[in-house]
Formats: sequence, structure tokens, C-alpha cells
Amino acid sequence: MKILVVDDFSTMRRIIRNLLRELGFNNIFEADDGQSALLKLQSGGIDFLITDWNMPGMTGLDLLRAVRADPNLAQLPVLMVTAEAKRDQIVEAAQAGVNGYVIKPFTAATLQEKIEKIFERLEA
Amino acid sequence: MTETQPSADGRIEQVRALLAALERGDDDSADRILDEISRVRESLMFQEVGKLTRQLHDTLANFALDERIADLTEKEIPDAKERLNYVIAMTEQAANTTLNAVESILPFAESLREQSNELSAQWRRFRQREMSYEEFKSLTQDLAQYFDVSAGHLEAIQQSLTEVLMAQGFQDLTGQIIRRVIRLVQDLEYSLVDLIRISGRRFKPSGESAQDLKAKTLGPAVPGVDKDTVQNQDDVDSLLSSLGF
Repeated sequence: MKILVVDDFSTMRRIIRNLLRELGFNNIFEADDGQSALLKLQSGGIDFLITDWNMPGMTGLDLLRAVRADPNLAQLPVLMVTAEAKRDQIVEAAQAGVNGYVIKPFTAATLQEKIEKIFERLEA
Repeated sequence: MTETQPSADGRIEQVRALLAALERGDDDSADRILDEISRVRESLMFQEVGKLTRQLHDTLANFALDERIADLTEKEIPDAKERLNYVIAMTEQAANTTLNAVESILPFAESLREQSNELSAQWRRFRQREMSYEEFKSLTQDLAQYFDVSAGHLEAIQQSLTEVLMAQGFQDLTGQIIRRVIRLVQDLEYSLVDLIRISGRRFKPSGESAQDLKAKTLGPAVPGVDKDTVQNQDDVDSLLSSLGF
């Protein structure tokens, strides 16, 4: 299972990477904005995308839309981990096809729960 | 008043020429001179209209700028103060969480180290056959107890380390808030520069004002400042489940 973690703050990428390692995921890649993430995704091999929303350059929402618009990536599970807290925004992300939404600050248990829920759905 | 306005002498000259043309019955020349005189009137009028238009435009620009500065001072600067206070609160909370976790696990680490030193000394005696059977029996009990205790302590240490890890999220969250305040300061700077330009009668707004404060991403919600936001993960979950998630 290859996971791509996208956040413009390296501290947050390290936090998520460490949590994922505790959950048994060791194959983790990183990107610091939507544009470089999309290139990485298009080069293939990524099974799961965890992305922030508020990033300079290409935002996480635009990345999500680009993923859903790309026939090779459209089915990729996407978990958004963001501080964006407006109700309208969460609805917007849901409409754009996000698979899960974790609000910052979050706990290790929340991240685990949402990841597991996404996988359960995919297997169902 | 302006350089294109003909002098009084010039005007008298024109009128004399007109009179002369009329007297000698030269209608073509008379018409031409009359046209010239009225053109001067027209161009003066257009200049005045142009000046009024410019003044109106500048007044409107001024008005928009006044409104922007009023908005900045009445709403956004107090908001920014709240945001920065929230940054202080968040960094304090993160520091306390980290310190609490460290303080809670240091005694565990210390006791594990002491016990393992003691057990390793006894184990050495056993390996060198310096230990009686009774002592050995007690050592096996001590070892069993040590395994139990250390498992509990190590689990607590792992938990606390995860807490320390999660507490570092403050850097991302406060970073986003501070970036937003920096944008506000920049916007204020541009507005003040524009104000100085206008009041200095160099009528050229910079065009750099009104930055992307209305950007779609807002960063972390600050209690008491940001409206219509979710408060926690439970709010997110119930909103999403209402959408059929």
C-alpha cells in the first residue's frame, strides 16, 4: 500500500507519516503542494491520497478535482486532512468526491478510524 | 488658466479679422473665423468636463479606499488581534501537552532503567554460578514481575510519545493563521500607500490593494471570529452523514 501525503507544512507531513507508520503503513511518499502531488500521482503506483486543503499553488480541493477528472486516478481514495472548517467548504469537498474529511487538530484515533472506514467501504 | 487658451490680444485680433471679412463681403473667411472662435470655446469646455470627470473618479477611488481602510480598522485588525491571541493560546497548549507528556513518562523511563540495572547485576551473578537456588527462585519472580511492569510502562511511553507527536500540529495551524495576518498587514500597507499617493495628488492607485483576503481557503477557524464553522470532528461527521456519507 503506497500512500501519498500532501501538506505544505513539513511538520504536518512528519506527524501523519509517523501516525501511518504506527498503523503499519511504511510505504509513504510526500508532496508539498497539489501540483507536485498530481505529477507524482500521474506517474503511477499510489494507492491512497491524504491531502491538506489550504496550500499555495494548487490547493487540495483543486487536486481532488484533478484526480477525479483523470480517468487513471478517478477511483483513488482521497482523505482530506485540513483546518478548513466552514460548513460550505466541507459540502464542497464532499461534492468534489472526497472519501473522508478529518478536521485539524485531530487525534491519532480519528485518523485511524477514517482510514479504516475508507478501506472498509472500498472492500464492501 | 491653460496654455491653449488664446490671449485677449489674440481674441481682439480674431474679432477684427471677422469684422473686416464681413465688411468686404468675404463670407468664406468670416465663417472660417467664426468656426475657429467656437472651436476654442468647445475645447475649453471639453477640458473642463475632463477635469470634472477626473475629480469625480478620484473622489470615488478615495471613497473606496476610505471604505477599505475603515473595514480594515473596524473589523479586520480587531479580528487579527483575536487570531494572534489564538496563536498564543495554541502554542501554549501545545507546549503544555508536550511538557505534561514528558513529565509523565520520565519516571517510567527512570524506573525501567533502575530495575533493568538491578536485574542485570543479578543475572550476571547467576551466570557466574554465584547464586543460591533460593536466590534464583526469587530472581525468576523478579523477572516475571519486571516483564509485566515494563510492558505497561512502555505502552504508556508510546502513548505519551504519540501525544507529543500530535501536539506538534500547532506549527501547521498557527502558521496558517499567521500567514493570514501577514496578508492583512500587507493589505493595510498597500491601502495606506494608496492613501498617501491620493492625498499627495499623485492620482495613481497602486492597484495592489485588496489582496486575496477573500481567498477561498481561510485556515483554522478561530473561536469568536470565524462564523458558520464546524467546531470539531463530530460536527464534520454529522454534516457528512447528513449528505449521505
